[in-house]
Amino acid sequence: MTKQIITMTVNGEVKEVIAEPRELLIYVLREKMGMKGPHVGCETSHCGACTVDIDGKSVKSCTMFAVQAEGANITTIEGLGNPDALHVLQQNFKEHHGLQCGYCTPGMITRAHRLLIENPNPTEEEVRFGIAGNLCRCTGYQNIVKSILSAAAEMNAARPSSSDAIGQKTTEAAE
Amino acid sequence: MKDDVTREDRVSNLKGLGCSRKRVEDARFTQGKGNYIDDMQMAGMLTGDFVRSPYAHARIKSINIDAAMALDGVIAVLTAKDLEPLGLHWMPTLAGDKQMVLADGKVLFQGQEVAFVVAKDRYIASDAVELVEVEYEELPVLVDPFKSMQSDVVLREDLDPKAPGAHGPRKHHNHIFTWEVGDEAGTNAVIDDADIVAEASMYYHRTHPCPLEPCGCVASMDKVNGKLTLWGTFQAPHVVRTVASLLSGIEEHNIRVVSPDIGGGFGNKVGVYPGYICSIVASIVTGVPVKWVEDRMENLMSTAFARDYWMKGKISATKEGKITGLHCHVTADHGAFDACADPTKFPAGFMNICTGSYDIPIAYLGVDGVYTNKAPGGVSYRCSFRVTEAVYFIERMIEVLAIEMNMDAAELRRINFIKKEQFPYNSALGWEYDSGDYHTAWDKALKAVDYDGLRREQAERVAAFKRGETRTIMGIGLSFFTEIVGAGPVKNCDILGMGMFDSCEIRIHPTGSAVARLGTISQGQGHATTFAQILASEIGISADSITIEEGDTDTAPYGLGTYGSRSTPVAGAAAAMVGRKIRAKAQMIAAYLLEVHDDDVEFDVDRFVVKGAPERFKTMGEIAYAAYNQAIPGLEPGLEAVSYYDPPNMTYPFGAYVCVMDIDVDTGVPTIKRFYALDDCGTRINPMVIEGQIHGGLTEALAVALGQEIAYDDMGNCKTGTLMDFFLPTAWEVPNYETDFTVTPSPHHPIGAKGVGESPHVGGVPCFSNAVQDAFRPFGNRHTNMPHDHWRIWKTANDLGLHD
Repeated sequence: MTKQIITMTVNGEVKEVIAEPRELLIYVLREKMGMKGPHVGCETSHCGACTVDIDGKSVKSCTMFAVQAEGANITTIEGLGNPDALHVLQQNFKEHHGLQCGYCTPGMITRAHRLLIENPNPTEEEVRFGIAGNLCRCTGYQNIVKSILSAAAEMNAARPSSSDAIGQKTTEAAE
Repeated sequence: MKDDVTREDRVSNLKGLGCSRKRVEDARFTQGKGNYIDDMQMAGMLTGDFVRSPYAHARIKSINIDAAMALDGVIAVLTAKDLEPLGLHWMPTLAGDKQMVLADGKVLFQGQEVAFVVAKDRYIASDAVELVEVEYEELPVLVDPFKSMQSDVVLREDLDPKAPGAHGPRKHHNHIFTWEVGDEAGTNAVIDDADIVAEASMYYHRTHPCPLEPCGCVASMDKVNGKLTLWGTFQAPHVVRTVASLLSGIEEHNIRVVSPDIGGGFGNKVGVYPGYICSIVASIVTGVPVKWVEDRMENLMSTAFARDYWMKGKISATKEGKITGLHCHVTADHGAFDACADPTKFPAGFMNICTGSYDIPIAYLGVDGVYTNKAPGGVSYRCSFRVTEAVYFIERMIEVLAIEMNMDAAELRRINFIKKEQFPYNSALGWEYDSGDYHTAWDKALKAVDYDGLRREQAERVAAFKRGETRTIMGIGLSFFTEIVGAGPVKNCDILGMGMFDSCEIRIHPTGSAVARLGTISQGQGHATTFAQILASEIGISADSITIEEGDTDTAPYGLGTYGSRSTPVAGAAAAMVGRKIRAKAQMIAAYLLEVHDDDVEFDVDRFVVKGAPERFKTMGEIAYAAYNQAIPGLEPGLEAVSYYDPPNMTYPFGAYVCVMDIDVDTGVPTIKRFYALDDCGTRINPMVIEGQIHGGLTEALAVALGQEIAYDDMGNCKTGTLMDFFLPTAWEVPNYETDFTVTPSPHHPIGAKGVGESPHVGGVPCFSNAVQDAFRPFGNRHTNMPHDHWRIWKTANDLGLHD
């Protein structure tokens, strides 16, 4: 099958990658661009382990072709924080035991990151609804919800004025 | 030496037993830097993919691989004929049966492996799978074990119908084994003469552990040095190495098996699957690494299922409610091959823990295993071997007996609990319960939820419902469970002949930090965090200075792996014992350094002190350094030790759970209003991790009780092969749980710990189910089968006339 050159911005860097039109974004990210944080759990959009952020939306990258991401701005878990400066969500997942096997975690945190940009001060119910597209088999979600609510509180406390979208700000800082 | 740190500070610096230490695994997992099997990429690595049977039972007339082989990028297509000369077209199962690696003349379940395509990438492999032409001749399909036992259709033509199986005589060509425990005649006599007898038939449906990461492996045969390396999602890597050696003929020292990070197991990753064998063969044939990772549909349709037990029970009692006898018969549907993952001598696992937490003087259990045209397995999904089935059975029998006697089910339990002073308690079906204090736990649980108040509220709701004021009814689910975990004593527990001990070795470095390796493997349990805590308390070195490694058979000591909540009871015990060996040598070194007799020093948190002179001491750091930098008369240099631990008995964690549920009788939707879980897992190593395990186990219990099912139609088509059909709860459906505990240490475990990972699943399933069933009790319900999905709950309401 004819290969195409796809240009996309991944975690702030403009990158070119060659792929066939039928190649799924998740595999191109994982196997051709070295972004192994997002995982494959179902290949049917149910589990959310493959969640990445594309142009300001949470997207399940197992059901999107890489060619559809031409020109897109993609953030994966690798773009949220780094070993010297973990993202607030990453810190809070550790602090509140919001993960066990870690397989859903990159997708879950990436989703939570977008959720807190969309809704910087969510209720528990809104968090639960907001992450319902991401399955976790280990934690029973209780500590994930706790982690996200705690991260939201921490981000809001650090926020200079209430009108800013703090998640976005934090992302920029992290990137 | 100056020492201005208080003893309290020194204890807290250790981050040892009882501390909610944050997990060391989380730094890499939260940053997407885990290393799971599908993350592995190697130069020249090929991809394997299976051609699978669309039929549940069919003869294979022919397989034509020409078109597939002609596709550019396809390296090989393996069929049973290719594996036969190597003797690898069949493989032994953990249950003493054998299983086809690739279909040998016929297929026995939908999704069975027929051919293995090896190609340059996953896309070409998928294309080639489509191009393999298989001609099938359909055969009659048996999906019901009772019909299977009556049918003339022979499923397993490879077996001599008259010859005994691995577990004794077979009654029929589709029968696998009969396993009996206890005194049947005596039990029947007691039941026949009893004041009260309650009976129930229940089906514990087929389900699947479904970890978020599917199963997979990378096999790499290095022909230069003759070494085979196999990375994979293995809950028991050492056993996989032994099996791989026995099957392939490659000497065991030339095989290295590595479990990298594992994305959840829950029993699904204990067994050996055809994909592993085919990958090894393909790598040997091609000389390059071969990766095989199944997709979700393959995971649900072909790898090991759980449960599928048809249970028939009779329980007898006196007029006062004292249980006098219990009879249980199980028809166990094992699918096409008996691929249960149980200790060899226990073909139905520890189903004989089915007398539960109750002092039942006489009992009988009979289990008949049966072949059907369904996927093979019978693994323990988040439980010790078949303990979920046993606990569900007894907790339902108690409820049915309570209905029969028109008695409160909490009180009935209390009357029959084994009393604290009866431990160690010998059960009628042969187990020695090590310890327990059930009444204390039960009273605490009932008080915490205001049980009497709940019952009043429920009665008011029933009255309101009958007056037509509400369409919602209320259920109070109770369960009290006793688990049997930590297999196990080598004298009666083995897997393929390997005794079920476990191991830990530790090496203390000169500057006082350490690396410890164990025979287990974490799949999310947090071993790197908690095993270091056990060691920290034993050897006085901070958990932060102890690296834990597992899962590499070239470096870790032999162990039987992680399943059946055995890591803490067995490997955790080995860790404690190895720590004590270190301490014994450290004591001698300290005494030498302090110029006193060995007996004149004693261990204190992180040091040895001269008795009666606490200002004279040597810290473990100083002792470690001395072990390397000076000649100590009579002692070898260095500070390291290994311990292989054969537990004297299982451990018996227990717990008391209460679930309060509302049910909308018109939609069948249950809403969990409250869930209280009290667990007693003995000594608590890391409360934060324990609580996390309980949340997770309860959620998997909720799933199983309220909808998670592997279902087949009459043609043997698996109807639940995707996450659209197979229920995994989301954050939206799951409640917040209240956790609580009592502590009854195990008397035989070195630190008194019992294991906890599976307790919430074992106790949770009957609790959720009992909540549904209790809601309908005032309207005449005795027993309805799980899973209680919305439709089945609605149907129950309808059958009871609640829509009239």
